[in-house]
Formats: sequence, C-alpha cells, structure tokens
Amino acid sequence: MSERPFPPGDHDVVVVGSGPGGLQTSYWLRRLGIRHIVLSADDGPGGMFRTLPVYQRLLSWTKPDAPVERGTREYELYDHNSLIAVEPEIRATAVEFMDRSFDLPSRSEMEQALAAFAGRAGLEVRYGCRWAGTRREDDRWVLETTDGDYRCRAVVLAVGMAEPWRPALPGIEAVPHYVDTGQPSDYADRRVFIVGKQNSAFEIAQALLPWARQLVLAAPGRLQSDLSALSPLRVRYLQPYDEFVRGGYGTFILDAAIERIERRANGYRAVTRDTDSQESFVFEADEVLATTGFQTPLGDLPALGLATKASGRLPVLTPFWESVSLPGIFFAGTVTQAERGLEKHGAYASSTGVSGYRYNARILAEHLAKRLLGVEIARPSLPTEDAVPYLLEEASHGPELWIQKGYLARVLAVDPATGVRDEGILPLTYFVDDGPAEGVALTVEHGAAGTIRPVLYVRRQGAVTEHELPPHPLHDYSGEEHRREAADRLSPLLPAQVVP
Amino acid sequence: MRETGRVIVAPLPLTSTVAEMLSQLALFADLSPSQVEAVALAFGEQAFAEGQRVLRQNLSGSGVFVILEGEVIVVLYGEEIARLGRGEFFGEISALSGEAPNADVVAATFLRCLAVPAPELERFLLDHPTVLLRMLKVEVQRLRLAELTQQ
Repeated sequence: MSERPFPPGDHDVVVVGSGPGGLQTSYWLRRLGIRHIVLSADDGPGGMFRTLPVYQRLLSWTKPDAPVERGTREYELYDHNSLIAVEPEIRATAVEFMDRSFDLPSRSEMEQALAAFAGRAGLEVRYGCRWAGTRREDDRWVLETTDGDYRCRAVVLAVGMAEPWRPALPGIEAVPHYVDTGQPSDYADRRVFIVGKQNSAFEIAQALLPWARQLVLAAPGRLQSDLSALSPLRVRYLQPYDEFVRGGYGTFILDAAIERIERRANGYRAVTRDTDSQESFVFEADEVLATTGFQTPLGDLPALGLATKASGRLPVLTPFWESVSLPGIFFAGTVTQAERGLEKHGAYASSTGVSGYRYNARILAEHLAKRLLGVEIARPSLPTEDAVPYLLEEASHGPELWIQKGYLARVLAVDPATGVRDEGILPLTYFVDDGPAEGVALTVEHGAAGTIRPVLYVRRQGAVTEHELPPHPLHDYSGEEHRREAADRLSPLLPAQVVP
Repeated sequence: MRETGRVIVAPLPLTSTVAEMLSQLALFADLSPSQVEAVALAFGEQAFAEGQRVLRQNLSGSGVFVILEGEVIVVLYGEEIARLGRGEFFGEISALSGEAPNADVVAATFLRCLAVPAPELERFLLDHPTVLLRMLKVEVQRLRLAELTQQ
C-alpha cells in the first residue's frame, strides 16, 4: 500500500470516482496540464460496470465495423461505449474486448475496456479511499476520507448513480431492489411482481421470461412514451411488452399506481390502482422486485446546502455541471443528466450514458482550467469564408452534436477585430444565455415532428435568433442548398461571407 | 398561508415529492392520487437557480411549466411585466401555437416546476380534461385582466 498515489494534502482539483466519468474527466484534466488527483472507494477502475447491469449486457451499441474507420473522431458515432481521447492507441477501446455475440458489449467487456483506457492513458487513482465527509474552510473544500483530509479548490464528484432508490410506498422497503436480483433460475415457476417499468424492469423481465410462471410489471404513467424510437429499451428488452400486447401469455404490463405491498406467509400481496379506470387490482406474488431506480450518493452535501431535485436523487446544476448552491462542487459522469439543457420539443440529452457524458467531461475539464486556474485554451481562428463549410461539416459528421442532440453545440465567436474563432464544443444553454456577444452556435436537433436537422443560433449584441436548416435524407448538409441558407443566416454576423 | 397571484397556498417542506406538491395545487384538484402520481412520474421535475431563464424569447420548442415552488418573472425587453408563483403556469401560449415565446421567463427565486414538453401537451390535456378546464378558466381571467389593463 506504500505505493498508493496522492496522500492527503492540498490540491487544485479532487476527482472522486474511478468509473467512466471519473476516468474521462481525469484524462482531459491531464491533457490540459491541470494538477489534480483521483480518489476511489473501489479497488480498481470501472465504477458501476464492475457489477452492473445485473444480467451483464449493456444497452448502448458499439459497432466494431462501421462505415468510417475505427478510431477516428467520426467513429465515435458508432461506438457509444469507449471513452474519448486524442491518442489513437487509447481510442475505441470497447471494440477490442467484444466477442461480437451482440453489438452491445457485455459488462465484463466494458470493464476491461475501461481498465485498458486507464492503463494506457497512465491515469493514476488512489483506490480504496472512501469520501466520508465534507467541510468548507475559507475558500477551500475539504474532503474527509478514510485516508485523511484533502483540501482543494474544486471537487468533481463522479460517483455515479448506482445507489438503490425506492419511492415512499408502504411495504417497498422490505422488497429486494434490482441490484439484489438473483439468477433467472431462482425464479423458476414463480409469480414475479416487478415494481417499475423502466429499463431495469424490462431487463429483469426479459431474463425471467423462460423461467417465471407469471410476470407483472406495474408503475403509474403510460408506457407508450417510453417505447418511442429514442428509448434504449427498443434495443434489447421489448419481448415482454410484445408478449403482453399479443395477449398475455402470463406477462402483464400495467399503468397502475402501487398502493402498498404486503408480506404474506408464502410471498407477497401487491395492491394496485389502474391509472385510467381507477379500478383496484390485487396481485398475489411469490417474489416482488423493486426496479425503482437509483440515486446519486451525495453524502453530507445536502446537509451543507446542496440543492437537489427528483426527491433528492439528483443535484441541481449549472450548464457547466456545478452545484447551483455550493460553488466549487462539480459533477461528472451520469449525474450530469441532472442538467437537462433546453430539451426542445421534449428531446432529452444523452448525458445518462458514456456516449454523452464523455463529451461533458471534456467541456468540464476546460471550464475548470479556465475558471480556477486562468488557463486559456488555445482556440484556432478560422478564415471567415471557411465558417459556413466548417459548420456544415460538423452538422454532417460531428459526433458531439449527433450524440448530444440539442444539448451540445459547436460555437464560433466573431470579433470585428480578430475575426472568427472556434470556441469548440459547448453547452447550448451556455451559448444562448451567456455566450460570446457576437457568435454562432450549431446543433443537430429533433424538430417538432421528430425530424432531425441542424439548427443555427445567431447571437448579436447578446440577443439570440434561431434558424432551423432543412433536413436531409442522408444527413448530408454540405450541399449548395444548405450552404446558401447558412450563409444567408450568418450574413449579419459575417458580412464578408462569400456566398457560393 | 401566503398568496401568490390568485392561488392561495400553504408552505410545503422541501422534501415533498412532485406528486405531493402537485396534489396541493388547484390545477390538479380533481385528479385522484394515482393520477397525480402518474403525472408526476411522466413529466418529472425541473429545478432552476435564481436568475436562470426558464423560457427564452424567440427560442422554439419549450413546454408548459407549472410552478411547484418559488416564483418567476416575465421579462419583455428587459422589463418585468408579470410575476407568477406557486400553482401558476406559463408557456402554454407558445406550446399550443407552436411559436416561440415573445418574452423571457426568469426564475426570481430557487424554482421547482413540473414541465410538460409541447409535443406531449395535447395528449396530456385530452387525458386530463379537468386540468384543461381549469387552465381555460385561468386563461379567461388573464384575458379579462389584459383587457382591463388596455382600457
């Protein structure tokens, strides 16, 4: 243990967590030369992927062979599980370990990929060190850990969202949670009642189909919206729903509130009320499972004033994922889903998964570098006439824009003296509320009717106007129609623009 | 008890769930507890820091927000033109017309809202006609008030 890095002391930034969120943040901080340390309660890298999902298969794809070359930036569009990097040898690590039985990696393949990334990138972590308490001292945060006190200017909590959560529902506290689900064979010939209708409920239901005598999934609210084309469920776990729609076969999926769960001598009794008819249904079950979701392990931060939402499960964050009530406390990884962005037309960001939050982590690292340490990130300038083709190329192929639709934007700042500067990828909310006085942001978004198309946001003297560009069946926005329209929209900003 | 606009509300502890908060609002008074729970689960809660914009002038695709806790101000060209509090809602004109809002709505305090995205609004209102009726009555009051102000 004498070789463990990062003994207690003073630091600029402390990252807590060694899952994908913590590793990705550390990687970018390191690239920027920001002194920081990483602490983890675990014994090795991987975070939740060291144990979950329960039935060992991810819901996010990695296409080993894709229309573009593996390891390129554009390949990230086809690989939603690898962490991102500059060096070719640590890109697309998820592919290396896949046995290709599915285009979704298994849990252990994902864990190996994360370990490979950490190893090759030379990321250092103090493992076996648990964050136990927090206090404020002058302008510093102090993290109290099992190894001692760490003082720092900023904390990045990349602690995942894998702490079981149960709603306030009589009887639910005695029911096993998703994370305690046994092997499918444990449920042979059993009547299983599953509280919940989200991904984890369907993951369990799918695995139990060959074993259980009867499956009932129940939660208030309609399922239909969860089954839209945007739902990860579609990828793998729709069979229980299919069987229900066809007429049952022992599988029922109900829009019903669960009023209580009673423990009986030989099992359980679940009392439900149908959301629409208000009719009461009572189910006798041998097993009940609570697939009621997870919460962020926030430790003592709520007691120190951390604003939370969703019944305390998530912190309330700024566009750069900083607590709105405790400055200097930042979040990385899946917790960045708490900052939802504009959610135009009801479309969600992808910050719950690695594919989305790997980009959030890069933005966070750059934000920390600038805000805490005054490190100016070198931003390339762009000849004015290149602005339109560059933006349209990004709209056609930029992985950040395609994965974080309507949430992350390519931003160009325009200065009358210095010309056009590429500000990189930034949150759209930041651009429309606090962006450069003169500039343009480009996103890819789902429109009101669900059609995908690029959107330009032009900011002049602080006022923003929005311009939807036409969709294209092959998502190729480099043609003349798009160039002409984009140039037209940008003409107030870029008068010297050469219209093709 | 304090009064925000036309809706009289009792203070609630911060730990309330969205369903508990909704069940205390006039807008949802006719819904059963399980219906309220379904609404809370379907749309969830959005929270905003003081000063943050909730609706943005000229930006399309937002939704309807029902205030669960806190207050907002409606800002037109830098000037406050209205203030809304718990139980009140905004964004419905833009969501129903499909046009971008013509004013900013800014959180005047720490703010919690139920957010119904525009594409889901029609279905939500048809599924809950009593909410639709109560919203309509508020709109009528708002129109009356606007007429009086003009006179």
